[in-house]
Order: sequence, then C-alpha cells, then structure tokens
Amino acid sequence: MEKLRATSSLRRSLKSILNRQLSSVSEPRYLNGKRSCQPTFNLIRDHRNLGEANPILYRCFSSVSTVVQRNPSFSTLNPDDISYFKQLLGEKSVIQDEDRLETVNTDWMHKYKGSSKLLLQPRTTEEVAQILKYCNSRRLAVVPQGGNTGLVGGSVPVFDEVIVNLGSMNNIISFDKVSGILVCEAGCILENLISFLDNQGFIMPLDLGAKGSCQIGGNVSTNAGGLRLVRYGSLHGNVLGLEAVLANGDVLDMLGTLRKDNTGYDLKHLFVGSEGSLGIVTKVSILTPPKLSSENIAFLACRDYSSCQKLLMEAKRKLGEILSAFEFLDIQAMDLVLNHLDGVRNPLPATMHNFYVLIETTGSDESYDREKLEAFLLSSMEGGLISDGVIAQDINQASSFWRIREGVPEALMKAGAVYKYDLSLPVEKMYDLVDDMRTRLGDLARVIGYGHLGDGNLHLNVSAAQYDDRILEQIEPYVYEWTSKHRGSISAEHGLGLMKANKIYYSKSPETVKTMGSIKKLLDPNGILNPYKVLPHSLNS
Amino acid sequence: MKIMVAVKRVVDYAVKIRVKPDKSGVETQNVKMSMNPFCEIALEEALKIKESGLAKEVVAVSMGPSNCVDTLRTGLAMGADRAIHVEASRDLVPLTVAKLLKKLVEIENPGLLILGKQAIDDDCNQTGQMIAGLLGWPQGTFASKVVFDKEKQVATVDREVDGGLETLCLDLPAVITTDLRLNQPRYATLPNIMKAKSKPIKKFTLEELNVEIKSDIEVVQVIEPPKRKAGVILSSVDELIDKLKNEAHVI
Repeated sequence: MEKLRATSSLRRSLKSILNRQLSSVSEPRYLNGKRSCQPTFNLIRDHRNLGEANPILYRCFSSVSTVVQRNPSFSTLNPDDISYFKQLLGEKSVIQDEDRLETVNTDWMHKYKGSSKLLLQPRTTEEVAQILKYCNSRRLAVVPQGGNTGLVGGSVPVFDEVIVNLGSMNNIISFDKVSGILVCEAGCILENLISFLDNQGFIMPLDLGAKGSCQIGGNVSTNAGGLRLVRYGSLHGNVLGLEAVLANGDVLDMLGTLRKDNTGYDLKHLFVGSEGSLGIVTKVSILTPPKLSSENIAFLACRDYSSCQKLLMEAKRKLGEILSAFEFLDIQAMDLVLNHLDGVRNPLPATMHNFYVLIETTGSDESYDREKLEAFLLSSMEGGLISDGVIAQDINQASSFWRIREGVPEALMKAGAVYKYDLSLPVEKMYDLVDDMRTRLGDLARVIGYGHLGDGNLHLNVSAAQYDDRILEQIEPYVYEWTSKHRGSISAEHGLGLMKANKIYYSKSPETVKTMGSIKKLLDPNGILNPYKVLPHSLNS
Repeated sequence: MKIMVAVKRVVDYAVKIRVKPDKSGVETQNVKMSMNPFCEIALEEALKIKESGLAKEVVAVSMGPSNCVDTLRTGLAMGADRAIHVEASRDLVPLTVAKLLKKLVEIENPGLLILGKQAIDDDCNQTGQMIAGLLGWPQGTFASKVVFDKEKQVATVDREVDGGLETLCLDLPAVITTDLRLNQPRYATLPNIMKAKSKPIKKFTLEELNVEIKSDIEVVQVIEPPKRKAGVILSSVDELIDKLKNEAHVI
C-alpha cells in the first residue's frame, strides 16, 4: 500500500519536474522537431558531475508500472577508477569524450538512452577479466556492448553503468578449411566474417539485416536468429565453444572446436542467449557450412495468409533439403518499403498484393535446383497458391529481393515512431494477431506484419507519426496476453533486454524463472553484469 | 519488323572473380554465370519496342557451348519470342561473332540489331561496331535513349560520349548498342517462365553458317592487378619531402 502511495506522490513530483524539463530540454533526435511525449530523457541532464547519477528513469511512452530505479547498491565512478582503467588499458581505450559517449549510450532505434560516463575498449581477454574483477570489487555496474544493434534496449546503459565495448577485439584466430570451424574474437563484425569465409568457400550459419554492424559476440550472447535459421538451425547448435569472463574476472575457457564433447555440463549454452547477464563472451568457435554454388531466389505474391501457410508446407516438402529461407511480408510492409527506401523496385509492379513471400534455395547443382524450384513454383501457381511471382536471374536481382525484405526495419524507422514486437506463434494463428491489432488500433496507427514464416516468427510492428500512450495502451499487454494464450514466445529472437525484462512470465513458468534467478545469483552475486535487464526486477529484491 | 538481340553468357557481375593459378584465365568453374548486364538492357529495349507495336518479333541469339541455352531461356522468360543458338566449343573473339551475326542477319532479315555495348568479361566493345561495318548498316552505339519513327523508318539515338550526349538519326535497318542508362531490365515472371519452356530454340553449327573461327589473338597471361599498398601517415613536412624525393622520385 505504502509503495503505491509513494509511487503516486513520486509521479506527481516527477510530473512537475517533467514540465519544467520539457520546456528547456531539446532532444531533436527523438522528436524530429515535434514536441510530444519524449521516449526517454534524463532528469538531471544538465548536471554532468561525475559523481551524480540519475535516481529515476521514467519512460514516458511505456505503461506506468515500469518505473526503473537505479540500484543504490551500485557505486558511482570516481577519479581513482578512471586512473586505474587508464593504467590498465592505456589512454586510448578509456573514453570519456561526450560526443562518443552520446553514440554508445543510445540504442539503434533511438528509443533508449543511458547516461554512462565511461566507455572502455579492451583489446584482450585478460583486459576484460581485469576490468570485471575491478568493477566487481568496486560494485560498479557494467554493460557489455558489441555492435549496439539490439532492438530491446539490452546493449545500452540504463543509468551510469560502465560500457565495455568489445569492438577492438576483432581478430580471426583460426579457420580450419576441412571442418569449417572458425575461431574468432567476439568483436568481429558479422559482415567481415562473411567476407572472410567467402574467400575460403564457406558461409556463416546466420545472416541478418544488421550484419554490417553487429558483432559475433553480441550475436552469440543474444542467440540471434536471422534469415537462415530455417536451414542451418540456431546458434545453440552452431556454436561449438566459447570463452567467457565471469563477473568476478574468472575466465571460462570453453573454446572447444569439437563437434562432439559429452564431458560434463555444457555450460556454454548458458551464455548463448543470456544477453550478457551471466558473463562477457570474448571468443567464439563456430561451425560454418560450406558455401554452395547454386543460390536461387523467388519473390512471390499470395492472395491471403492461408495460401502463405500452405505454400510453406509445400515448400518444405517439395524443396526439402535445398530450402534455405522462407520470409513473408504483408502489403503494408511492402508499401512502407517502396515509399521510404531509395533504390528499391517493386518486382511485381502490376498490382499490389496482400502478401509477399520470399523463397530462397541453396544447393550444389545449379540446373537441378533451378528445375526443382521452377517445377514447385509452377505447380503452386497452377494450384492457386501463388497469384504472381518472379525468379531472380542474376545476383543483382537476388540482392534487390533481399533488400526489400531486409529493408523493412529501416523503412519503419524512417516512417516515424515504431512499436516493435517479435513473437513466436503457431503458424496458423500468426496473422490473426495482426488482424486483431488492426481492429483494435483502427486509425490510431498502422499495423505491419512480416517475418520468418519458415520459423513461425512474426515481427509485429505498429507505426505511427509519434509515440503516444494511447497507442501503447491498445497494444500492451494485449499482445503479450494473446501470445501467452497460444503458448507462444513474447520474444522469438530479439531477446528481453530492458524492454521486456518484466514480461518473461508470459512465456515462462514461475519455477523456471526462479531457477534462472538462482543461476544469475550464483554467477554474478553482485549483479553488476547488464543490470535491470532480462530477468524481472522483482527477482533482485 | 523483326528485332534481333545478341546476348552473351558471362560470369555474374556481382561475383568476386579469381584468376586461375596457372594464369591462363579467370576461374569459371562453379561460378555463377548470368546474362551480360548490357545484353539484358538490349533485350529489354527490344521488348519495349515490340510492346509499343513497332515490331512484330524479338529473336534472341547466343553463341558458345551448350550452356548458352540457359541464357537464352532467360531471354525467352523475359519475353523474347524465339531464340537461336550457334554452337561453338571455343571462346569466340568479337570479329568471329560479328561474322556469325552477319550470316544470321542474312537468314533472318531483321530490321534492327540490338547488342549490349560490351561484355563484362572481356570489355572489348567491338562486336556492335564490327557487325555494322560488315553489313554496311548505320550504327548508334552507347545508346542512352532510343526513339522510333515507323513511317519514316528511322531511329533517333542519344549516345553517351565523352563530351556529353550526341543525338544521331539512323535509317533502318541499323545496329544499336546499349549503355547502362537506357532502361531497367524487367524480372522474369513465373507465367513468362512457363511460356518460355515451349518457345523454340533453333541450333546452328559453325559449318552450317560457313564461318571459320581462326583467331588472330592469343591470350598469353592473365594476372591480378598489383595490390594497393597501405598509406603512410607522416609526421612532418621534412619527412614528406624526404619521401617524395627518395622513395617516390617525383622531386
């Protein structure tokens, strides 16, 4: 009872501070020049004293219940800390420059902004270990950061946590051409790894739109999914080993390169997908599939969602082993991409179709694959599953099809404010949610559905001109309850981060979450690694 | 009027090419091959002209080993009505291609011959000009815009030249070679791919056309360009002068 009263009086006082702040603060990046409800802001923005930390962060666009408070047991940085880090890492790897801090404090979607005063860029595992050991002893909270392309606010500080960015650890350690096993440091950018492997005749088992910036350490820590999961499986299967540093500075060397190793508990799986909350991944050993010569891709149009589903079933049966990607987007998504992205061409310009499906096949025999794909598509067309479609005739056309599908998130960003949801649902039910949301939101906002149909993963996005609490009220918690009712996952591949930290109960049982809490307490007793994220805040008290 | 379009099967434009270890050429085994981008543009232009009612038929031609048929199928899937395949086992130089085209023109009698300005594997930029010379036809090369006049039977071609744009008026029959900005080639749609399966591809051999492939050119060696050296950051003007004098030998 008291807590509630305290919260409401807090809110009242907050509101008055808010109103004062609103008139003086300028955040053009978030508002696009419009003065509306700001996604995030810091109350004590203008006081850049090293010791002063923001006590409360109030996210204006989210529901009332998520007021995050800075954990008072964490210390704040003092000049001794800075000099220790400078001595440990060298001047160049200790960054306090405000402009650089601005970038690393903000996430890709410009939705979350922290107020960290310190960015560290270690170059070796030993440096990471020393950093964590020191921070653990000083009780300084830490945010491990890679490419900062996450979509749930997991890669940026919430308050003044120290940012440990692994971007400088970007060496490829070894590559075995016979087995295809790649060992590299966590800061390697995915696209660079893809290019390196291309020269060797191999590919990475995962591919995502963020590949130009995301780093493999982050991919592994968030168990990234991507476009090829339907063919190569998840990172849990492809990561053969990793090296991680625990909160107390202990280095766990689990960097095996063996396909089979049943000796004891397979701890690496704890670090795959725990979003940096159990340890910082510093090296990865990953199994890479050989690059197959024949890639074919078709861009198809379907009349309704049930045709898309049937097409998926037929594709899995008729294309079988050569199917490597099955993506879908609805007419709203296509419209958005054509309007907001440059250099994008509609492959089926005759009319706009309700649903678009992208099918990619990868195999070793060009003519065989081609025939198989053509036969499948022609029979699907005759069967009425496809209303129209094109097959790419060269690599440029193939890239342009992918640009459309991979460009949807970018187009959404350009269109204004976006509420992003990433859900795993049974394939038959997936689009029902989109239709439901459209009815609920009416004219308030545009609802867009697209995603990895092959994996049952829907990316539900709500696009509006500005962030507005009324829109949010209609979305949450309806979306989570809907998903929970169908035993789906409220975060298929994006992870929980800060955005869904308190939502885990929609998809996991209380006993399971309690056990997760015990593991966290065991590996990180002071809770310094990526605090306030992943697990519910109630577990900490 | 019939339009004949010559298309070539080349290594796909987006592939990172590698030189064979014996330096005899570029690696083409297990590498994605596609229609030459300029040939795609040529075919697209021919189809546009046909769709505007100024031509009755578009014939695609390709020369080389049996896998050329793949490229011709792509052309048929884009919308060409017929295809001709001239079977040849070796690489053909532009002069031979031009001589073969001359024979085909004599058989088919097209009113317009459209080619890509050059192939991206050899970058010769010769075939269009040579065939125009052999036939005695007018030529509009590097076309960035083509406008037809059916009554007067002329084609007005904007050419992209070093100094800017040059506009020529050609009496038909004529040869046009296409440049990048002429149009954007269409995708091959499924219904068209289906129709393409039943379109005829006629085969000719070199003996039938009575052309000798005696090449005057022999490829001696193919090597990669030298790798760029990393730049060096200098710390003073004296160091710069020293390097310019003693290393680069320019002052």
